[in-house]
Amino acid sequence: MHVTLTAASGCHLAAKPGVRPAVRQVSLHIEKGEQVAVIGPSGAGKTTLLLLAAAALKPSEGQVLLADQDPWTVSSTALLAMRRQLFYAPQVPPLPPRQRVVTALNAGRLPSMTLWGSLRELMFPDDIEPALEALRAFDLEEKLWERVDRLSGGERQRVGLARALMSPARLWLIDEPLSALDPRRAEQAIHTLTHTAKQRAVTLVTSLHQVSVARSAFPRIVGLRHGELAFDLPSDQVTDALLSDLYANEEPVDTVPIELPTAPKIVHCR
Amino acid sequence: MSRDPAWLGRVFWILAAAALLWPALVVTEFRPWVFFDPENLRVTATFIRDFFPPALEPEFLWLVLGEAWRTIAIATAGMTLALTLAVPITLMVTRALSISSLSGEMGRIPYAVRQGLRWLLILLRSIPELIWALIFVRVVGLGPAAGVLAIALTYAGMLGKVYSEILESGSTASATGLLRNGGSRMQAFLFALLPQNASELTSYTVYRWECAIRSSAVLGFVGAGGLGQQMDTSMRMFNGGEVATMLIVFVALVGIADLLSAWLRRVMR
Repeated sequence: MHVTLTAASGCHLAAKPGVRPAVRQVSLHIEKGEQVAVIGPSGAGKTTLLLLAAAALKPSEGQVLLADQDPWTVSSTALLAMRRQLFYAPQVPPLPPRQRVVTALNAGRLPSMTLWGSLRELMFPDDIEPALEALRAFDLEEKLWERVDRLSGGERQRVGLARALMSPARLWLIDEPLSALDPRRAEQAIHTLTHTAKQRAVTLVTSLHQVSVARSAFPRIVGLRHGELAFDLPSDQVTDALLSDLYANEEPVDTVPIELPTAPKIVHCR
Repeated sequence: MSRDPAWLGRVFWILAAAALLWPALVVTEFRPWVFFDPENLRVTATFIRDFFPPALEPEFLWLVLGEAWRTIAIATAGMTLALTLAVPITLMVTRALSISSLSGEMGRIPYAVRQGLRWLLILLRSIPELIWALIFVRVVGLGPAAGVLAIALTYAGMLGKVYSEILESGSTASATGLLRNGGSRMQAFLFALLPQNASELTSYTVYRWECAIRSSAVLGFVGAGGLGQQMDTSMRMFNGGEVATMLIVFVALVGIADLLSAWLRRVMR
């Protein structure tokens, strides 16, 4: 699914009127199947940009088009159909604490299920293969029947990412997928996401603090600073000078480039 | 800024509450010292003496147990009917399942529908169940059916309001997540809101069931069957012992409901 933002501005959901918008006059076009990393210092508006693209926030100015349709002028049925095609994962995975991982993952498939199907899935989760496969990709197979509140923060984040693999969406908007993960798990997670997105020809837009991961895993990088577009370049054209301007007076999470091999080696130290 | 900026507001509201309480005490003729007047103490003692000893004849106990069972049945049937009414209304009223609010402002039609249903709930629960029971006794005659219907209507109003507020006050992030990604409202309820709030919903429902048992005792006084009707009969015959037995059975029923609620909370943690 392709996304076009034209001079779009967006305010925080809870912002008072008259406050400067979190995202201002950003124009962006993302083609079907592209993979884009959005980087910038904290408070630059990365989350607001993803919310605008997810039809979850109405732009205060400008226009957002999803597959050439404006989500805010179509009927509510058409808006529902549009929302079914996308998957937005917030920074903190929205998983109910007492739910089991298998149900939380099956919830990712809900947009493609009817009401009766979802009811049956809730009571008798018998089709667990897709859930197991999604967990296997993140090295969490053995947690299938565990309750979400018994998982660590990093595991919870990985379950949130595994939900993306379960969903029928054509557009993935993932906010900070690596914030609670250690470097090894972060490599594995980013590899899984980009690899699966390529396989399924899904458009992937992620916001990242880890600049080195953005440079090595994504072909296109968008830089945001104070809500405005700083640059929108292929990743090999993003120089250190550009990055230091972007993060001027702010500290990025890591500046030392990590070598990302083509396939991560998974070693079980148990 | 060394002083807490909220202190002025807090002091004001405490004084305001006290200022509002004073006329309330005056209007309700709140004079607890009247209880300790010697004449009144003697009347109280005579009244209480009537209750001892509690009547313990086997055939009476059998009757009481039968009536207690009928009271529980009335309460349970009333609660079940109330739930069938309240759950759909809750799903339509709660703001946690509002799709139009996902982008900020709730749409006008959804808002109007929600307000309308909210007023329906207010209407249902503001009419005391005693009045409902009096109406239904004329329609369906004396007996438990009137009590069941009265409890069903009033409690539907109460359950609907509190359920929708429980759903809104818990964390709605998981429901919002599912709705943003194109889930339907029922799906968001079943997969996000219900697991999030199951324990609060259950404990409130069990508490209301306990209240329904008490209500059915009161409704018995207008002929709606159960322990209440029996208590009314015994009181008219000035048989304090029988009333005492029934009150003890009552306390036991409420105690059982309390244990059930505690067990359920433990199991659902």
